[in-house]
Amino acid sequence: MNRIITTKSHNPRVAYGEALLDLAAQNPKVVALDADLCKSTMSFLVEAKYPERFFEMGIAEQNMAATAAGLALGGKIPFIHSFAVFVCGRAYDQIRQAICTARLNVKIVGSSAGLSDFGDGATHQSVEDVALMRVLPRMTVLSPCDAFEVKKAVWAMAELEGPVYLRLSRNDMPPLTQAETPFEVGKIQQMRAGTTLAIFATGTMVAIALEAARKLEELDLSAKVINVATLKPLDEAGVRRESKGMQGVLTVEEHSVIGGLGSAVLEALASSRIPVQRVGIQDKFGMSAMSHGELLEYFGLTPGRVVAAAQSLLRDGGAS
Amino acid sequence: MTEAVPNRVIYGRTLVELGQGNPRIVVLDADVPKSTNTSQFREAFPDRFFNCGVAEQNMICIAAGFAASGKIAFASTFAVFASMRACEQVRTSVAYPRLNVKIVATNAGLDNAGDGVTHQGIEDLAIMRSIPNLTVLSPSDPVTTRKAVLAIAQREGPAYMRLGRNPSPVLYEENVEFEIGKMIPLRNGDDLAIIATGNMVHQALIAADSLAGQGIQARVLDCHTIKPVDKAAILDAARTTRGIITAEDHNVVGGLGGAVCEVLSELCPARVKRVGLKDCFATSARDYRELLAHFQMDAAAIQAAAYELCGSKSAHIPSRSSARRSTP
Amino acid sequence: MRLEECPHPVPLIGAALDPMKTETNPRHLQRKACLLRRHIIRMVGVGKTGHIGGSCSCADIVAALYFSVMNIDPAQPDDPARDRFILSKGHAALVLYAALAERGFFPIGELDRVKQAGAMLQGHPDRLRTPGVEANTGSLGQGLSLANGMALAAKLDASNHRVYVILGDGEINEGQVWEAAMFGAFHGLDNLTATLDRNGLQAMGPTKTRLDTGPLRDKWLAFGWHVVEIDGHDMAQILDAFAQAKAHHGSPTLILANTVKGKGLSFAENNPGFHNGMMTQEQYDLAGRELDAALAALDDPT
Repeated sequence: MNRIITTKSHNPRVAYGEALLDLAAQNPKVVALDADLCKSTMSFLVEAKYPERFFEMGIAEQNMAATAAGLALGGKIPFIHSFAVFVCGRAYDQIRQAICTARLNVKIVGSSAGLSDFGDGATHQSVEDVALMRVLPRMTVLSPCDAFEVKKAVWAMAELEGPVYLRLSRNDMPPLTQAETPFEVGKIQQMRAGTTLAIFATGTMVAIALEAARKLEELDLSAKVINVATLKPLDEAGVRRESKGMQGVLTVEEHSVIGGLGSAVLEALASSRIPVQRVGIQDKFGMSAMSHGELLEYFGLTPGRVVAAAQSLLRDGGAS
Repeated sequence: MTEAVPNRVIYGRTLVELGQGNPRIVVLDADVPKSTNTSQFREAFPDRFFNCGVAEQNMICIAAGFAASGKIAFASTFAVFASMRACEQVRTSVAYPRLNVKIVATNAGLDNAGDGVTHQGIEDLAIMRSIPNLTVLSPSDPVTTRKAVLAIAQREGPAYMRLGRNPSPVLYEENVEFEIGKMIPLRNGDDLAIIATGNMVHQALIAADSLAGQGIQARVLDCHTIKPVDKAAILDAARTTRGIITAEDHNVVGGLGGAVCEVLSELCPARVKRVGLKDCFATSARDYRELLAHFQMDAAAIQAAAYELCGSKSAHIPSRSSARRSTP
Repeated sequence: MRLEECPHPVPLIGAALDPMKTETNPRHLQRKACLLRRHIIRMVGVGKTGHIGGSCSCADIVAALYFSVMNIDPAQPDDPARDRFILSKGHAALVLYAALAERGFFPIGELDRVKQAGAMLQGHPDRLRTPGVEANTGSLGQGLSLANGMALAAKLDASNHRVYVILGDGEINEGQVWEAAMFGAFHGLDNLTATLDRNGLQAMGPTKTRLDTGPLRDKWLAFGWHVVEIDGHDMAQILDAFAQAKAHHGSPTLILANTVKGKGLSFAENNPGFHNGMMTQEQYDLAGRELDAALAALDDPT
């Protein structure tokens, strides 16, 4: 299949829509379902070109998930779409009971994840979608760091047999990889080498972590940055390998510190002695703001905060 | 009371006790009141009981509506449905506005052996833990179940409690101290610590007895409050023993094991072995014990984890306690 | 209650409403609705998105509720005997905020800070932050259930207060709404009045083509509700419908209000682009002129 990974847009939703359309063009089994948000999730691109393979489910996420399960049983590869908070939270039972227990080939796309829907406030900001998806057996969870990875993730999802959850931010993400950069589900990727600290980051926070590492270098602290694009199955061996010999580990995610990347890394490092600090949303709901940046600032998801966490980790060493 | 009683029966009895003393208590169920035992409240106070039918989302939001009107609303169904079918409603209509709703979910874990996977809630602690503003409890025996129900009724704000299905042996005297957020030490020991919750506390005690016979002294802690978890007890265990085992009738991802790892890795890295369902679905079985054995979640599994911890060649964690530690 | 000067010079009528007196003049209430729309467009402003369409379509109903029908007193926001209102279609928060401000639940100046970080007024209603808001909504389909709970509580307490809820016609795609509908009728919650804002459009287009919910009157009747169908912009019909609901016993009432999405703004009426749309400067100015003209036309000549 001819996969177009190049993209002019750095918006993850636009990149997603383009990739889905490409995929649909080349794989007739692919169908798309949406819950009245197709212009936001970008599944409308499939509706426009292949209307017979698009299903508007209305504001009815549970019905969407269970219908997708039925389509999968009929040999299709359904991609279901809504905001992360609704597709994960509202359709959760259906995702678990109809899709995961039967290991069905349904791809769940959570758009506008994290705080990225800044105006709508807490009801629309999912701070726990990764936690919800990660605890489900048989689920794969992907969280790409830029538009290139979004496209690669879409192709990878279609090739993987079984349920997959893709977490997408709403707003532009700076390019951190390239079209040619390999993308392997279940493998972490070192973005920057370092000798003192390991910073594991995912999604929108990879750019933040890289910026923080640059600032740390100015302070003579060498931090490696690892992109964790697959949150489940976590590359536990890779996490342990990258953590070995480090004085400390940071995790950075636009998500609650409970249940997401931080918890996954901690579980992987459960038997090691290395101190870990989790940077993320501190077990709070989101809120409205006039920009995504404002919210990241408010919730401490900035390079400055990561630098401060690194310094505190190295100073206190984790032992108390 | 010495015979084993299902904790959910105690829940039903305690609801009646609460209802007698407080007219603000209302109880809702999603068509399983005989299983959850909210039927006891229904018989005592039919005007304050509402069977919402097989409609969990509606039930949770009705409970929220009651709480917004000054009631203390208890809402019950099976753990798998309370945590999943109504997940977003719990989050948005109960937790986000911090309403005084107590979701008490029964038949949790593999304890719901016969019904199989669709009815075995093995993710609920992870789910509920990830929602802000929610207190999460998992009492182990009939005595602490009663105290836990009374405690959440008294404590303003949203709460989730999971209970199993089968009879649980009584582990405590009636006068045991129960405080939300404080683990109960059941057994002392400094070789390792077993932090267990719910049904697994009993398994932990069996394992600890067996280990003692081999000279390994295991501390057993009843972690009845998963959120807010007792950080002090976890840190103390990390500092004064060789390692920690967590034990839960739940996925090893995100529940008690996850909570303990989160505390330790940030504040006091230690060696942790998580006993629980290894991120897989289980199956039906005639007997709960069959499932625990098959999925390596029973006392024998805890013992095996203990041998791994104690047999390891890794260096000890320097003890900050001046107490003498016994060695095997 | 103090009168705050509106940044756009719009004369206010009845902003300091005597809680003992309700407005009964339909013309005055229509003017109130215009005022709410004026606040809505100001809150959205130029170049930012806002749920203009769905907020404007129910402005008349909200005006009727807050300035005539409901028994509420901003000086006693926790009075257990107060009527309750739930905006189940929580994305129309702007119209609720406008009504609450005009009723004096908080200073009108707060309307200028909507959605700012840490502000009292969030993107969707938040009862912990905003005085007068009874329920956190925004995730569609939950409000009718919440209303059921409140209505039941009222009956349990033998209180005469009533519960009002507004739903959207896209919102009723959600299965939970029908769970709640069954329940409300089964329990004879005649102290509950739901209004369905049928503006014919949902986020991605006409309800008929996205997911046709079929004959709504028949459906709600079949679910055991008392149904009153009205023109949702005719104030006399609105008031009459609420009066009928109050007088009806034995089952909850569904007011099926046929409305126009974006009502009052020529460029937004029936335009799906304004479900969560953005105004240009020209459109904003036009909206201001249109609404000012409407307000002037409704001025009480006495």
